[in-house]
Amino acid sequence: MTIEAAPPLATDVAALRDLESESIEIIREVVAEFDRPAMLFSGGKDSAIVLHLARKALWPAPLPITLLHVDTGHNLAEVIEFRDRVVADAGVNLVVARVEEWIADGRLQERPDGTRNPLQTVPLLDTIAEHRFDALLGGARRDEDRARAKERIFSIRDAFGGWDPRRQRPELWHIYNGRHAPGEHTRVFPISNWTELDVWRYIEAENVPLPSIYFAHERPVFERDGMLLTPGPWGGPRGAETLSTRSVRYRTVGDGSCTGAVESEATTVASVIEEVTVSRLTERGATRADDRLSEAAMEDRKREGYF
Amino acid sequence: MSTAIASQHAPLRLVVAGSVDDGKSTLVGRLLHDSKSILADQYDAVESASRSRGATEFDLALLTDGLRAEREQGITIDVAYRYFKTDRRSFILADTPGHVQYTRNTVTGASTADAAVVLVDVRNGASAQTRRHSALLSLLRVRHVVFAVNKMDAVDWSQDRFEQVQAELHDIARGVGLGDVVAVPTSALTGEGVVRAAPDWYTGRPLLALLEELDTELEDTAEPFRMPVQLVIRPRTAQYPDYRGLAGRVASGRVQVGDIVHASPSGTASTVIAIDTPTGPEQVAVAGQSVTIRLAEELDIARGEVLTTDDPIAVTRSLDAVVTWMGDAPSSARQRVLVKAGTKTVRGMLGPVTDVWDVSELRWEPSSAPLQLNDIGRCTVQLAEDVAIDDYRRLRGTGAFVVVDPATGATLAACMSGADLGALVP
Repeated sequence: MTIEAAPPLATDVAALRDLESESIEIIREVVAEFDRPAMLFSGGKDSAIVLHLARKALWPAPLPITLLHVDTGHNLAEVIEFRDRVVADAGVNLVVARVEEWIADGRLQERPDGTRNPLQTVPLLDTIAEHRFDALLGGARRDEDRARAKERIFSIRDAFGGWDPRRQRPELWHIYNGRHAPGEHTRVFPISNWTELDVWRYIEAENVPLPSIYFAHERPVFERDGMLLTPGPWGGPRGAETLSTRSVRYRTVGDGSCTGAVESEATTVASVIEEVTVSRLTERGATRADDRLSEAAMEDRKREGYF
Repeated sequence: MSTAIASQHAPLRLVVAGSVDDGKSTLVGRLLHDSKSILADQYDAVESASRSRGATEFDLALLTDGLRAEREQGITIDVAYRYFKTDRRSFILADTPGHVQYTRNTVTGASTADAAVVLVDVRNGASAQTRRHSALLSLLRVRHVVFAVNKMDAVDWSQDRFEQVQAELHDIARGVGLGDVVAVPTSALTGEGVVRAAPDWYTGRPLLALLEELDTELEDTAEPFRMPVQLVIRPRTAQYPDYRGLAGRVASGRVQVGDIVHASPSGTASTVIAIDTPTGPEQVAVAGQSVTIRLAEELDIARGEVLTTDDPIAVTRSLDAVVTWMGDAPSSARQRVLVKAGTKTVRGMLGPVTDVWDVSELRWEPSSAPLQLNDIGRCTVQLAEDVAIDDYRRLRGTGAFVVVDPATGATLAACMSGADLGALVP
């Protein structure tokens, strides 16, 4: 037996359409049951998919959902350019929470290692409170991490944004229960049941636009902890690390200080799918230093209110 | 069983249930590992974790036990979802805990499952938990139930022992009203009977090959048409000033342009003039599809209505139901609750409990005691408004409802309208 025979099978199309319908059902539940829904939008492929699905779910009506971007300030320019283009095209409202503002007024402190991924939690929770968002759609998938594998589709967060895996609600049939007390909010993950490969197959089937960094391009990079990082405001090569220009692409969008590129020649969606199919590493394991900190890194950050 | 061609099967939603020590996590790890769904970094992480715990062999269970508390205590405390594909089918697998106190999670995993694998340790035979899980799977009307008689390596693949356990399982299956069930001899530890063939004396297929062939509810378009309305889509934009569509996911059956649809509870009817799907306008919509239906007349229909065609749905303010209690605090008589059936949420009040299910004797016992966490009971729920609901035995998608605590929002119970535990009707 082998996984993923190279040419797409009939089952893949059926499976994709089934996932698509499930996601649309979930998004429609959010629009129907919540007063002030928002959607986390990083410009990454998973958030691009959720936005694409949301527009289908409400078509031909305009999307009654605010997009929320927690901006670490450590972005690749291509991603911000993509974000602004997509927002304009969808005609939706965008709120940006800038981590740098929290650092500037002392609510947050820069970490010694320079990474800002863990610093996103406080600006996220403050912005949710300020705008009184009661539901937050996100592009997390259960195949990303063992802690995420246990997440519900509708997940209640307390006033501190915390996730308590022992107090999760049973999620029965397709009846989603997002009721929560004032001050709490509900995180909703419409593509919970998608895998990385499903996401790419759907991007291919639907021509979903993505930031150019997802495809192979020449970029100066240096190697740290087995990852290829690119220089930026978060710093560059230090010590014995040396800069070289290689053909790379990104598998995820995240804080530039801890999100690595992979060497790749894949310049099209089809060739990316080929690469993902034969990859021997998960996308997070390959390219996210923040998930390598410990066996329970993601669980610990989720408990603190991280997405 | 299905007559469909294997390569055209929909993804299979699978629940794996069993007692704590039956080797469930090992089986799930085996399915992921042998279908090559485990990637190198996950493999390395588990290998190093196995070593740091003093294990000499690769511990497949560590692939799935995701949370800190689980790894520290060596138990599974929540439903975890896994994804794997063979070249014939993709699988969405709910891995559920075997501890009694987490039975509500088994119900969660089973409620959306097309098929269930129940693990049984061949050395011990069927346990109380096996009975409980079988009863729950029957109650929830999971379409296919497969028993994996596991740890066969520990009894030297004894055919006699397998057949003894198989006979026990057939008795239980009959007792709880499960239809045809299959027992497969397996060793999750070695992989025999799971992906690779079992010894010669077993003439059936290995577990994974069996699962690749099962049909799903979504493939069953002979059922009557049901679509709970989620939203009324009215853009009122310059481009679409008059568009008005009823958005929802088809729960069962099929509908096509030209059909007369009825909306319940309102009792109105009109003709379908268009069906908008995620891939554009279509003539037909089938179970599982999220669509927007446009009607000839502008009916006063809102969220909470259920669309049907010629086969009507019941409209009622009083639900006789089987209730699986999931609240930490026991139920109380005349408890004020919210009832969520499909897309409709109404106020409700619990009637007195009339029976509870005795899980060891596999029968109903008359009882009016409050329901405790994990109890299965029978009671009537009175509603403040009409709801449209089916008998769960007939239609799973529109026969279920949940009971919610109005104060905390917690889900208190999973309920099946009119449902029963199979053959054991008192």
